[in-house]
Amino acid sequence: MLLRPALASFEPIFATTDAELAKRDGINRFHLLPDANRDQPWHSVHCLLASIWLVLRVRPAVLVTTGALPGLFCLIAARLTGTRTIWIDSIANSDQPSLSGRYARPFATDWFTQWPHLATTGHQYAGALL
Amino acid sequence: MILLTVGTQLPFDRFVAIVDRIAPQLPERIFAQVGHAHYRPANMDWRPFIGPIEFETLIRTCSLIISHAGIGTVVMAQRHRKPLILFPRRAALDEHRNDHQLATGRALAGRTGIGVAFDEAELLRLVMLPHTPIESVKALPERERLCSAIGRIVAEEQRKRLGA
Repeated sequence: MLLRPALASFEPIFATTDAELAKRDGINRFHLLPDANRDQPWHSVHCLLASIWLVLRVRPAVLVTTGALPGLFCLIAARLTGTRTIWIDSIANSDQPSLSGRYARPFATDWFTQWPHLATTGHQYAGALL
Repeated sequence: MILLTVGTQLPFDRFVAIVDRIAPQLPERIFAQVGHAHYRPANMDWRPFIGPIEFETLIRTCSLIISHAGIGTVVMAQRHRKPLILFPRRAALDEHRNDHQLATGRALAGRTGIGVAFDEAELLRLVMLPHTPIESVKALPERERLCSAIGRIVAEEQRKRLGA
């Protein structure tokens, strides 16, 4: 949501795991994905399939995500179908890149950390959302 | 009203119990969102979960937020310019998968309007201090910078597609 100003002049399509979150922020058109984290293997399989299906239906020009697992699945599916992908690693991880961020690295066209001290080749810093 | 929140993913009984213990000493009543807690608060109103829309109303109407060190709460406190006290979860006490909340706490400590407590005494001290609202969202040049970087990439991709 904090990225919305960056995308305002394009035609962003939103995907979320919580319909009420979208409504709270005044987004009426959005895609719903099942939530998952690494402690729930079966939810993860469901979420992976839904993410692949969503990316194939929408065929975005660019995919932007801050993770975590549902965002990672969408990013991998998008990159494998030739879409430009942007990973913004969670600001919650200030000691090292997040686990999902590390998995995302090979599939992200652009990979951003939100901490200057974590910037390296392949992990660029260009500001932070907080 | 003081709003206590532990997020939706994991319980945080140690934190809820501490706040419940200090609640009678505080000048305002506390409303607590406690998640999958086993501990049942005795000195404050509580519910396990609150939907995002109702939760935003609580944020808007509270005078202070006391929270686990979750980014979701920090963003909401910023949006409504509320004073915020963070109490990070610790992996050693099985409160999260790793210690990223300690890192978040250390990283945000010292910002205007954000206090960070790592134990009960510090939490009580911070709650009793006069509170300053969190800094305005407009005063965040680093956010604008990241947004511009993302906007440039999307625009570049769009130009490429139109050109092709």
